[in-house]
Amino acid sequence: MSILINKDTKVITQGITGKTALFHAKGALDYGTQMVGGTSPGKGGTTVDITLENGTTASLPVFNTVTEAVAATGATASVIYVPPAFAADAILEAVDAQLDLVICITEGIPVLDMVKVQRYMEGKKTRLIGPNCPGLITPDECKIGIMPGYIHTKGHVGVVSRSGTLTYEAVHQLTTRGIGQSSAVGIGGDPVKGTEFIDVLSMFNEDPDTYAVIMIGEIGGTAEEEAAEWIKANMKKPVVGFIGGATAPAGKRMGHAGAIISGGKGTAAEKISTLEACGIKVAPTPSEMGSTLVSVLEEQGLLEKCITRK
Amino acid sequence: MNIHEYQGKEVLKQYGVSVPEGKVAFTVDEAVEAAKALGTSVVVVKAQIHAGGRGKAGGVKVAKNLDEVKAYASEILGKTLITHQTGPEGKEVKRLLIEQGCDIKKEYYVGAVVDRATGRVVLMASEEGGTEIEEVAAHSPEKIFKEIVDPAIGLQPFQAKRLAFNINIPKELVNKAASFMIALYTAFVDKDCSIAEINPLVVTGDGNVMALDAKLNFDSNALYRHADIVALRDLDEEDEKEIQASKFDLSYIALDGNIGCMVNGAGLAMATMDIIKYYGGDPANFLDVGGGATKEKVTEAFKIILSDDKVKGIFVNIFGGIMKCDVIADGVIAAARELGLDRPLVVRLEGTNVELGKKMLNESGLNIVAADSMADGAQKIVALVK
Repeated sequence: MSILINKDTKVITQGITGKTALFHAKGALDYGTQMVGGTSPGKGGTTVDITLENGTTASLPVFNTVTEAVAATGATASVIYVPPAFAADAILEAVDAQLDLVICITEGIPVLDMVKVQRYMEGKKTRLIGPNCPGLITPDECKIGIMPGYIHTKGHVGVVSRSGTLTYEAVHQLTTRGIGQSSAVGIGGDPVKGTEFIDVLSMFNEDPDTYAVIMIGEIGGTAEEEAAEWIKANMKKPVVGFIGGATAPAGKRMGHAGAIISGGKGTAAEKISTLEACGIKVAPTPSEMGSTLVSVLEEQGLLEKCITRK
Repeated sequence: MNIHEYQGKEVLKQYGVSVPEGKVAFTVDEAVEAAKALGTSVVVVKAQIHAGGRGKAGGVKVAKNLDEVKAYASEILGKTLITHQTGPEGKEVKRLLIEQGCDIKKEYYVGAVVDRATGRVVLMASEEGGTEIEEVAAHSPEKIFKEIVDPAIGLQPFQAKRLAFNINIPKELVNKAASFMIALYTAFVDKDCSIAEINPLVVTGDGNVMALDAKLNFDSNALYRHADIVALRDLDEEDEKEIQASKFDLSYIALDGNIGCMVNGAGLAMATMDIIKYYGGDPANFLDVGGGATKEKVTEAFKIILSDDKVKGIFVNIFGGIMKCDVIADGVIAAARELGLDRPLVVRLEGTNVELGKKMLNESGLNIVAADSMADGAQKIVALVK
């Protein structure tokens, strides 16, 4: 088991003829993801041929619209690599086509575009991950996004994070200890986004194959605090945390649009103290995310069960 | 992106937000001319810098005649104002706003922001005008009223009126205040603001509702569709190294420490600063070279870091996923050769092609210290700059 995606998930790429999209479509195909086609308005009816690492060529059909792509391929998920000015429209198109899952990798979407997107999505069936995120992966089954697949190992620890590279860092620390992951989800660094920590935590909570979770937050907003309260009230599995940005100055946007301390709110200190008050162990440095989880797994007698690669 | 108060007022005026008459002045003569042109008995001389707290720092003066305008303008222009938002080094005043004085009956606060929790624009108002909203939130949160706006229909008159009644705007002026708020909301959305703060909003003796101050910040992701706003950018207000970095699409923020950092990914870049601090060092900057860094970008990043005299050592921390470690190593070596590496450099590489990358660094003949993990690298660079 896993959350959101597995070996049966069929994925289309919106904007598939772009350079970045092609690069990552190849990466996903090499990993074994069922990439079944893509869209590129005006290029419908053509195909893109992608030469894979194993020497074979995948030929993916291109459609003008998401609706056509879904009808022809049976895809239930899409991944978006289109430029920021057009990305909100791409999300809306995917929601309108009633996909189950849309992952928007694009960074730099105007926040008021996302405000409209979120309003439009109310009451719709689609779940959006991102924008401004690395995507998500269920090791050995399905990779949607820009993360390096080979650092992952199949297993029982869920990872959820606002940062891409810190997710890789955490996954790497787990894998080198033989601890596999059930799924790793990058929810993205923007202030207004499709999926928040609590959404992912509750899915991990219900997933019988996830035994523990690493949650990686950063300065800005109060999503980590809300997640901590939710964990305290609902989570049946151990969670360890890390919060980036303890040294970030107030009022400056630290790379991510959402990583900003404004009006004295959203500091790392505040988040860490709420997490700890809710019984969540917080790694003191990013180098210790893995070891902190190990110590908690040991305490709970879960370590053996979580080591999936000897 | 931030703009000056006078620019913010000009933007708001286009949307029907009522503001006092005023003019920008870059010299004392221009200030006096502007005051003459206004023709009012009282004018206000206001320092224009991208920071709040100007009044308390002596950057806002009320002049009752042209001699006073001249005296205040000479005093404030060229002065370095130190406020709680400028940092200890302060900011030099290069522009003034010369504005007609007005008969203030009472001050209020109105502001619009994007609320992350609801994913909507929220209008906030309080009758504690002139005080920072964070301060009001801390001591009397019950005095802050909010209206969450449905983006499909925008701020509705009933919401604006409810806010106006809640903050006790005199009832004969409630409609004016509501129109003011709707105009403010329209400007916010139309220009892709991230913050639009009117503090204070004032009710005047002659029955007007006006923005006495205006702080507008814009969503940098949306600037591509607002050439008029981009034209208002004042490079004097920004850090030179940050301007240079933005030209190469590098995300850089100057800090006070002495360890330069070059990292890929915003989260990892922040965490790298944190771990340097954890081991007793002080980061000199935040620098995210991004996911698709090229040799050229890495070189530019190095140049920017080395241009900071405070920097006594550099820590490169890369988790190469999509970006391959050998490409990074190539960039680091090229930059170190081109620029002449005169300070300690610790490099931590992890990820795709890591062995090749490490080998290239080792065989480069340059004085590069390799690290096995973030913690190892942070400890090494902290020791080297001590």
